This record gives sequence, structure tokens and C-alpha cells, in this order.
Amino acid sequence: MECVRMIASPRYSEKRVGYLGAMMLLDEKQDASLLITNSIKNDLSNSNQYIQSLALCTLACMGSAEMCRDLAPEIDRLLRASNSYIKKKAALCAVHIVRKVHDLGELFTKAARSLLTEKNHGVVHGAVVLITELCERNSETLERFRKTVPDLVQIMKGLVISGYSPDHDVAGISDPFLQVRILRLLRILGRNNEAASDAMNDLLAQVATNTDSTKTVGNAVLYETVLTVLDIKSESGLRVLAVNILGRFLLNNDRNIRYIAMTSLQKIVGTDHNAVQRHRGTIVDCLKDQDASVKRRALELSLALVSASNIRSMMKELLSFLSSCPPELRSQTASGIFNAAERYAPSQRWHIDTILHVLTTAGGDVRDETVPNLIQLITNTSELHCYTVHKLYRALLSDISQQPLVQVACWCIGEYGDLLLTGECQETEPVQVHRDYVLDVLETVLQSHMSSPSTRGFALTATMKLSTRITENVDIVSIYGSCIDVELQQRAVEYNALFKKYDHMRAAVLERMPVIEKNSQGHTNGETIKESQTVKVKPGEPQQPANQVQGDGKNSVRVTL
Amino acid sequence: MIKAILIFNNHGKPRLIRFYQYFAEDMQQQIIRETFHLVSKRDDNVCNFLEGGSLIGGSDYKLIYRHYATLYFVFCVDSSESELGILDLIQVFVETLDKCFENVCELDLIFHMDKVHYILQEVVMGGMVLETNMNEIVAQVEVQNRMEKSELCNQN
Repeated sequence: MECVRMIASPRYSEKRVGYLGAMMLLDEKQDASLLITNSIKNDLSNSNQYIQSLALCTLACMGSAEMCRDLAPEIDRLLRASNSYIKKKAALCAVHIVRKVHDLGELFTKAARSLLTEKNHGVVHGAVVLITELCERNSETLERFRKTVPDLVQIMKGLVISGYSPDHDVAGISDPFLQVRILRLLRILGRNNEAASDAMNDLLAQVATNTDSTKTVGNAVLYETVLTVLDIKSESGLRVLAVNILGRFLLNNDRNIRYIAMTSLQKIVGTDHNAVQRHRGTIVDCLKDQDASVKRRALELSLALVSASNIRSMMKELLSFLSSCPPELRSQTASGIFNAAERYAPSQRWHIDTILHVLTTAGGDVRDETVPNLIQLITNTSELHCYTVHKLYRALLSDISQQPLVQVACWCIGEYGDLLLTGECQETEPVQVHRDYVLDVLETVLQSHMSSPSTRGFALTATMKLSTRITENVDIVSIYGSCIDVELQQRAVEYNALFKKYDHMRAAVLERMPVIEKNSQGHTNGETIKESQTVKVKPGEPQQPANQVQGDGKNSVRVTL
Repeated sequence: MIKAILIFNNHGKPRLIRFYQYFAEDMQQQIIRETFHLVSKRDDNVCNFLEGGSLIGGSDYKLIYRHYATLYFVFCVDSSESELGILDLIQVFVETLDKCFENVCELDLIFHMDKVHYILQEVVMGGMVLETNMNEIVAQVEVQNRMEKSELCNQN
């Protein structure tokens, strides 16, 4: 309330503090802000330009929609005032109004157009921002403002060619802020429009070649030029020039420049894929940079650049990156690798190897649907069952802390445990595994404190399946009949029942899983496999052949006994 | 659009806070803490752009910061602003402060907070860049200070 009182006071010093307080403490949601609307209105008509500017500033910072509606005509009047100080503030205030109340944009279009011809750079800057905002909101206004493209080109030319102007010079370039803004507006105006793009081509080529790129400011202007060239319908020579500039940025020592170069390459990797591929080597090197932001950008770009031809080399790089990358990027890397492997895998064995590698390095960070996807992949490649199960067994022996890996390994050992015992396998060196060792491994998983409940579930079911394939083993299963975890307890009790009452059906129930059809929805598959592992023993239900996995298009998959 | 401007020292104490978008009081404090946490971990030779934390808003927002001696100047912007342009803007702002306060240091920010706000008002208004010419900004601030002083003299 003090603020309101101070704002209403006629003295400048009090007004100043009052407005400052209002901006800091009040916001558009509070009712007190309505009280100052009248004060602002009076101050906007004040003869002193600084009082007017205070009012404009406050309105721009915290004006609510009602306030904006009330005061919009005033702002429009001020836009045509003679004072350039006021005009530029009024222009930005108009931007705020347009953001809050979209319909009022119509009110400001005429005034905005006339402001472009001002000499004062501040006013032109404000006008450009206002026009940008208007064009972004409304496509009709965009059409109308296309006619201003020649004027804008003229202003830019003036800025680029003109000699040293001490007022606006920043490190040798005249008013880079204004140049950047105009380039951005040209980008919006030229998008999808041939005529406007033609008008800008010369100018863009000129800016691109004449700007000095040794300083940050020069690079800022060049960067904006490149973005504009790539967005409008420019001629191909210009596009090549733009991509070359980006390539130069990538080799720059300054990390900032490399960061923004990669950001812009990300935007064009969809359209100019080949051009970006040329710089693949540099991008992959950036993966090894110490800077986390640069690494993140390099990762996204590398994942976008993976294609059928370079999949092997890229995957090597990505896997070595995975082992050394910061923890927040791990899950993104892992899922990116999986996607790339799925689309471009040159062979099944390579695919499985890659996934296993990821699971051993970063197992804790992969997404949940990876496990069912991997299992489905393994069942599909029947010739590699032996190889896969040997590899998984060995991985399990060395480390049981990575949950997804352990889950997949348990499942595979359960399904193909007999292949482990035979020991013959063409792809890897034959190792005879004794059946006790296999059971020991599963028991270790069950008892380890590192295993999550779902992992234990996997291990228990796997032990069950091995009972038909390798040996009879009732003891482990019955221990878990009194386990605290409800899921495990239920499974253990059911399996026990399978041994005792339904022993004649045990072999049929625990047959090998058929090949799982790949559904278009990855999530459905996850549910498929989880449900088929929980064998529901319901006495009294009609007898049907076991393990009948009926997949229809939706989610209902039942395994009935 | 610039969402927020934060200045804090090496220990995380905020020296100037300006939000151009409404946030509740405790949210503001949390944002400051989180930003300091992110920015202080950075080495001096890494790039000046950070992807924003989860609090100040989703994927569109970046933190652009500069570290001068004991102070961090952090601008939180969205994708409509040019990153390198904002870096230059921070430089212009600091140079303006230097001109107005003569060899500005942290104490100036603490004891003359209102003056710093007035200078900032001339540079950024409502989240948008208003004026980038250092001389122009300094001239305007000088005139306003003179007006204030003359009023105080007239009163006495």
C-alpha cells in the first residue's frame, strides 16, 4: 500500500521508488495492482518524459490483461510521440500488451510500420521487436509486413557497410544487437516465401562474407545469418556457404561457439543431412570434450547422424562415450544406442552384442521396456540361443548388480539352460558348465541383497523352468513360500503346487516359449512376457494346452491352465 | 524473452534478483538456489551456456552466465533470444555499471541496490532488450539522478 501511495505522489523521487517497489513486490495476480492503474494512466500523460518512462516500464513488467486493455490507446498515442526515448519504451510496452492480449495487435501495426524509418537505433530496435512479435502471432500481419523487407534490407546494408560509428560500435561491428534482431525478423518474413527470400539473398551473402569472425560479436551476427539462410528459401550456393561457416565454428577453440554451432546443426540435420555428415568426425571428437553442455549437444547430434553406412564406427564411439559419460546423460545415451541399433543393425549377433555391452556398462540407467524388448529379440534369433546364453551366463558370473542384465540373463538361463550344459557352441569357445553351477548362480541372485523384487521373481521362475530341463529342485522354491514379498510368495506357493499336485502337467507348462510376435506397441510386448511368466494355477478351470500365448491386437494376453 | 536476471556472489548470496515472469516467493528462492548450484559447479574454461534446471521452466529455457571475480551474472532466457547476443548484453550491462559507479564492486550492488535496478530498467524492460548503447543508457540514468537530486534540494 505504501507503494500505491508513493506512486501517487507528485515528487519524482518518491514516484521512482514507488514504481520500483511495485515492480518488485506486486504482480499481476494481486488486487493492489489495479489500484495503480489510474496513477499509471495519469503519469503516461505527464509532461516529464522520465515520469512517462517509469509508468511505461511498470506497465511492461507487470501489466495484467485488464490494465493493458485500458491503457492500450495511450500507448498507441505515445508511439507517435516526438520523443525517441519515449517511443522506444512505448514500443516494448506494446510488445508486452500484444503478448497479454492478442487482439490488440491490430492497434499497433500502423504505428510500428512508421517507426522503422526512425534514425535512432533504440527506436528501430523496439520497432523490430514489435513487428517480430506481431508477425509471430498473426499470419495476416505477416503478409502485410512482407512489404517492409526492402526497408529492412536497406537498414541492414547501412549498418554493415557504414564505417566506424562510435555510438553503436561494439568491438568493431556497428550495433550488432540491431543487426541480429533484423536478421531474425527477416528470417520470419522470408520463411516459405520465394519473393521475400530473393530480396534477401544478396544481403545475406554480403553479411556472411564481410563480418569479422574473430570476435564474439562478429560470430553472433554470423550465427544469426546462418540460421536465417537455412530457414528461408535461399539459393543453394548460399546454403553451402552457411554450412561451411558452421563447420568453421565447430573447429573454433572457443567452446561457446562450438556449442551454438552444434545447436544449429541439430536443427538442419533433418534437411541437409549430407552436409552435416561431412563434419561427423569433429562432432564425434566433441563427445570427448570436458564440458558437460558441449557433450550433451554432441551426443544429440551424433545420435541424429547415425546411419546404415557408419553404424559400426559410430557405435564404437558411442559405447566408449557411455563408459565415461556423466551420469545425467547415461540414460539418454543408452536409449539412443538402442534405437540406432534397432534401426541399422548389420547383423543379429552384432545387435545382441551391442545391447549386452550397454547393459554391462550402464545397466542401471536403461528404461524398463528394454528388458522385454531384448527378450523378444533373443527369442527371434533362434540360431544364436546358445551363444547368447553362454555370454549371459558369463556376464552373470562376474557381476550381478545391474538389474536389467540380471533379469535378462535369468530369463535366458531358464529358457535355454540345457544349451549351457551341452557346451557346444560354434560362435564362442566351448565351455562345459555343470548343472550345479547353473543352479548356484540362480540361487546367488535370489539371495543377493542387490537384487530387486522383480529380479528375484525372474530368478525364481527361471529355477522352476530348469526343473524340467536339468534337474529336480524343490528346496529352493519352497523356501520362498514364506517370503515377505507377496509376489514371490505367491509364485513360490504356485510352483510348489505345480510340483505336488500337478506334477503330471509340469513338463507341458514349462515348455519353451514360442517366438513372440513383434507388436507395433512396444508396451504390449512387455505385458505379454510378464504375464506369461506368471503361471496361474487355478484348480477347476477348464484344461487347455499350456503356454498358449494368444496375442490379439490389444493388451489381453492370458496364459491359462 | 528474458525470464529472469540473477546476480549472486561466489557463496550463493543473491545480490540482485529480477524476475520478468510471475513466480511465487518460495519458488523464487528455490530457483535461485538451484541456479547457483548449477552454475557454481562449472569450471572457468567451459562454455557459458547451461541447459536450465527443472524449476525455471521446461526445455525451452537456457541459462547464460558470466563470472566476474566474485559475482555470477545469470540471465535466464528462452529460445527467442540469441545466446551470443545475450552474452554481449551481460558485458554491456557490466560496463555500464562500471561507468555509473566508477570501478564497481560487490559492495556497490549491496548498498545502492535501487540505483542498480534503475540502470537495469534502462537496459531490459519487461523481459525484452531495450537499449544496448552504453552511452545512451548512462546519459539517461544521469539525467534521472539529476532530477531526483534537484527535487531533494528544492525540498530543503
